[in-house]
Amino acid sequence: MSVHVCLFAIFVLLSGCPAGIWAARRPGGSALIYSVCAAVAAVMAGTALGVLVRPGETAGAVLPMGVPWLQAHFEIDALSAFFLLVINLGALAASIYGMGTGRSEPEAGRILPFYPLFLAGINLVLLAADAFTFLLSWESMSLASWALVMAHHRQSETQRAGFVYIVMAAFGTLALLLAFGLLAGTGGNYAFSQLRQAGPDAGLGVVVLLLVLIGAGSKAGLAPLHVWLPLAHPAAPSHVSALMSGVMTKVAIYALLRILLDLLGGVQWWWGALLITLGALTAVMGVLYALMETDLKRLLAYSTVENVGFIFIGIGLGMAFQANGMNAAAALAYSAALFHVLNHSWIKSLLFLGAGAVLHATHERRLDALGGLIRRMPYTAFCFLVGSAAIASLPPLNAFASEWLTLQAILLSPDLPQWLLRFLVPAVGALMVLAAALAGAVFVKAFGIAFLGRPRSAEAEAAQETNRHAGAAMTMLVVLCVLAGIFIGPVLHVIQPAVAAIVERPALPGFGIADIAFVAPTGVGGGSYSGFFVFLFVAMSAWGAALAIHRGASRATRRSPAWDCGFALNHPAFQYGAGSMAQPLRRIFGTVVFRATETVEMPPPGSVEPARYCTTQRDPAWDLIFTPVAGVVAAIADRIDGLQFLSIRRYLAMMFAGLVALLILVALWR
Amino acid sequence: MHSLAFDIAHMFAGAMLVASFALLYQRRMSGIVDTYVVHSLILTVAAGWQAYIQDAPHLYVTAAIALVFKTLIIPIALRRIMRRLDIHRSVETVLGIGPTMLLGVGLVALSILLIFPVTESADAFAREDLALALSVILLGLLTMITRRNAITQVIGFLSLENGLILAAVGVRGMPLVVEISVAFSVLAAFVVFGVFFFRIRERFDTLDVQALGEFRGERR
Amino acid sequence: MLVGLLLQGLQMALVLALAPLLVGWVRKVKARLTRRRGASVLQPYRDIFRLLHKEAVLADNASWLFRVAPYLVFAAIWVAAALVPTYATSLAFSEAADLIVIVALLGSARFFLALAALDAGTSFGGIGASREMMIAALAEPAMIMLVFSLALVAGTTSLSAVAEHMLTGDVGLRVTLGLALIGLVIVAVAENGRIPVDNPATHLELTMVHEAMVLEYSGRHLAMIELAAAVKLVLYVSLLGTLFAPWGIAQFGAGPQALAIGIGAWVGKLAVAGLLLGLFETSIAKMRVFRVGEFLGAALLLGLLGTLLLFVSRNL
Repeated sequence: MSVHVCLFAIFVLLSGCPAGIWAARRPGGSALIYSVCAAVAAVMAGTALGVLVRPGETAGAVLPMGVPWLQAHFEIDALSAFFLLVINLGALAASIYGMGTGRSEPEAGRILPFYPLFLAGINLVLLAADAFTFLLSWESMSLASWALVMAHHRQSETQRAGFVYIVMAAFGTLALLLAFGLLAGTGGNYAFSQLRQAGPDAGLGVVVLLLVLIGAGSKAGLAPLHVWLPLAHPAAPSHVSALMSGVMTKVAIYALLRILLDLLGGVQWWWGALLITLGALTAVMGVLYALMETDLKRLLAYSTVENVGFIFIGIGLGMAFQANGMNAAAALAYSAALFHVLNHSWIKSLLFLGAGAVLHATHERRLDALGGLIRRMPYTAFCFLVGSAAIASLPPLNAFASEWLTLQAILLSPDLPQWLLRFLVPAVGALMVLAAALAGAVFVKAFGIAFLGRPRSAEAEAAQETNRHAGAAMTMLVVLCVLAGIFIGPVLHVIQPAVAAIVERPALPGFGIADIAFVAPTGVGGGSYSGFFVFLFVAMSAWGAALAIHRGASRATRRSPAWDCGFALNHPAFQYGAGSMAQPLRRIFGTVVFRATETVEMPPPGSVEPARYCTTQRDPAWDLIFTPVAGVVAAIADRIDGLQFLSIRRYLAMMFAGLVALLILVALWR
Repeated sequence: MHSLAFDIAHMFAGAMLVASFALLYQRRMSGIVDTYVVHSLILTVAAGWQAYIQDAPHLYVTAAIALVFKTLIIPIALRRIMRRLDIHRSVETVLGIGPTMLLGVGLVALSILLIFPVTESADAFAREDLALALSVILLGLLTMITRRNAITQVIGFLSLENGLILAAVGVRGMPLVVEISVAFSVLAAFVVFGVFFFRIRERFDTLDVQALGEFRGERR
Repeated sequence: MLVGLLLQGLQMALVLALAPLLVGWVRKVKARLTRRRGASVLQPYRDIFRLLHKEAVLADNASWLFRVAPYLVFAAIWVAAALVPTYATSLAFSEAADLIVIVALLGSARFFLALAALDAGTSFGGIGASREMMIAALAEPAMIMLVFSLALVAGTTSLSAVAEHMLTGDVGLRVTLGLALIGLVIVAVAENGRIPVDNPATHLELTMVHEAMVLEYSGRHLAMIELAAAVKLVLYVSLLGTLFAPWGIAQFGAGPQALAIGIGAWVGKLAVAGLLLGLFETSIAKMRVFRVGEFLGAALLLGLLGTLLLFVSRNL
């Protein structure tokens, strides 16, 4: 029943695609399309929540479409339902935002047809229960998002972003195609139920793992395949960026979990070791890139890379525990990872919608051209502040809770028998907490430079508050983030059926719906945390202190120019900018990782020219991996280009040689 | 056998490890010599303690050698020569201090990875002491290769040798410990003298007052 | 239950009351060691009282965040200090938060203080905020790695349980505890803005970190921030005392006599720590700002080393 509701909703979305072409030319058209998308998202989120709270119901449907001997299989189980819930709440927020800004969008004709298609593709990936449907939906999701990224196609930066994105997306889909092919073998039975029964095979598992890491990992943003993310996510319109960062990366994580843990099975401990290493490197690299960034949306994109790293650390720990039979610890690690999926999706959508509001009001993405927006756009500033505090893992907000759970899982790791894991996990833990602390620095910079201080440009001075639809979308996400941080127990209770779909385990204490107050994952005597009480204590202490002082002491204030140690000349350009805020950390980390240099060109004495200060950085992923690979590919392409100019006899000889080679292969194989 | 005696032995080995890391952290010449004094002092106390709990009086001789030779004579000689030859005050490193210390932690992990699986049947405390001593040795080697200055390389070598003595005293019933200590100390003395004769010859070439005067253009 | 709440409330009140006294005592020790008479140890109380009754001068472009931040900073630090066992190991609120939450609460105090520094729109706010975030980016991970070492020794991250374990458990002398002690002292010096990381009494802008962040604050806001800094010092000293010198702490279910001994022992530890801190600050010089990274990196590596040793062996 739930499956049919979802499929009908997706059909409505697919019909929105041609409707979007029609609606782009009508004045109220974009509002109509976005409201239909919002309604559909709400319905799907509700359905998914229903499936999650009534565990044991695995509904399926087979539609007579697609490949003739296979048909299209769809299924909702607890894991899909969880991801459906996460994704549709993010889609709901983005669609509500779109209702507000859609009418002033110049390229509506390029966005409206593809937006419903994108949502449909995302939801179909989660519902797909056979390899063809999965890959078809995955590819439609990629292509629709590519079309949305190319919406503002006249800017050269967008063109480059689109090119890199389509190459990486195609490459990723190819890897997933090969992975499914290997899983199905020569039998040709591609339905998930049959792939599940095939059972694990050791040698096959290695290749499938690597292919899935390339395919799903590149879509999620795993280093070093993350390079398309900071190009493509900022180039798209803001609500689409929110969907790509907050939602599409989570679909990739779903694909990884589904293929590796459900279809392949037979988890090995070194899979866990590989995933936590990649996750730790991704987290640290992502946050270091974000620190060096001066563009607000690209900073948020790199922060997505960092959080995907955290999620991979949680999943890797779960795999390591599961392979060693420590199922309770595995359940804790997986719960932490899935909780972080939920948290990051909401927080990143909130931040991107806020950045979109700023971009819409000032037409500026560069942090060094913003400033003082807390007075011009107070509500947006408040929502962005909550988002920044959340992503910097401050208690009692939600991302702190998932980080706390992951750290508790790390503390259970000394019981792991493998030596490599015992050395790797402390190092990974150190990298993870380093990344979390650096994320705090990143968001002090992002919020402080963009919203606080004085306006650094005329556009920032003239900014207006955003419309009420964007405000409503951001409010919804702020409320969700705060509630998820305070009432952790019920949220974890909703996650448990999804975890149970991955690993068999006893019920974890403190994860029940009645445990509103405390979370104590390792039982009595272990560490425990109560978001509710921490929130209560801090709020009461702050309010009580303010009350006591205002009543007992003075509450007088007076305005005056800033003291600034007596400097009279106080131009806004003297404020710290994004590059200056990052300078101490750039000196420490940037010289090693990015080969960052600072040079000062002083004019000769007596000259009135200004001195120039410039910093340079090199991106190690491009320098070490992609530029050499692109060079090799270009060199090979140049050689092969010679094939364009052969004579007819040579072409015939080539075809004959190919035919003979294939016949030899067939003869030998037999 | 979770007794206080073995815990204290562990503490001394751990303190030597921390002192080796402190040696990696130093940027000034005087700091390096002072840290080496602390390093040798901890070795003295560790050797003395091992002599006490193993009831092996010949280890007291090792402790005495460490005290007299390494804590007093060598550092005094080093400081005197440094003052005479006006050796450069700060240490140049090949990598930064941070990456060097990170490599140090990696070396500790390596030595644990090496010792623990191999000596499964041995007593747990002996294994850990051996792993810590091997870490001190590897860190001494790291100090030698990541510094450009000859004095620091000598001190790295001396701390490596301290690690060897620690390993030797930590193992119960090791023969010829005293003889090994004396031999290593003589070797260390010869190394130190060798380095200084080399430096003095270099220096005296350029410290020639007349040549210096000609460079400054005061004497035509 | 009621007794537990009373003890918790007493701790919160004592921490707040004794914090300025500790600051005054450290200043007195430093003055005496530099052959000055120094101000009275009660001077910080008078300073705070005076500031509370003055009018607060706000910069023209200071927003609501500037006015709210001092209270948030104070609340976060006070709640964190309420969770550190000082004279009794069991606290009523200890189930709500463990060591990791304490570190994170201090981090959130720092987050809002850095934002308030940027709000004034001056370059000094930027200097303070950027340097403070550099110190935080290394001190916080170092602290959490040290928390890991302690949690692996005691088997839990709940601070009350760790304190009980240190007091009554079969702990003995362990290498990782030695490493944790050194690391925690380094982190405490950095987080409280003491020499060699930051000079709390400086007037030179180029050497400021914490002072640059609060340069624009005056009146009651400045009083709250100074009080918060003093409470933070008490927090770290109590943490060091509870973990590494736990003698005299009253155990769970002890009578009023044991509690009185506990309070006396705690005040004694504060006095000794103040003396040692004064000695330490007077005897070394402040580091260059970019050397602080190496200093804290050493603490992080000590924490990592301790955790690594505990992962491979239960005896270390």
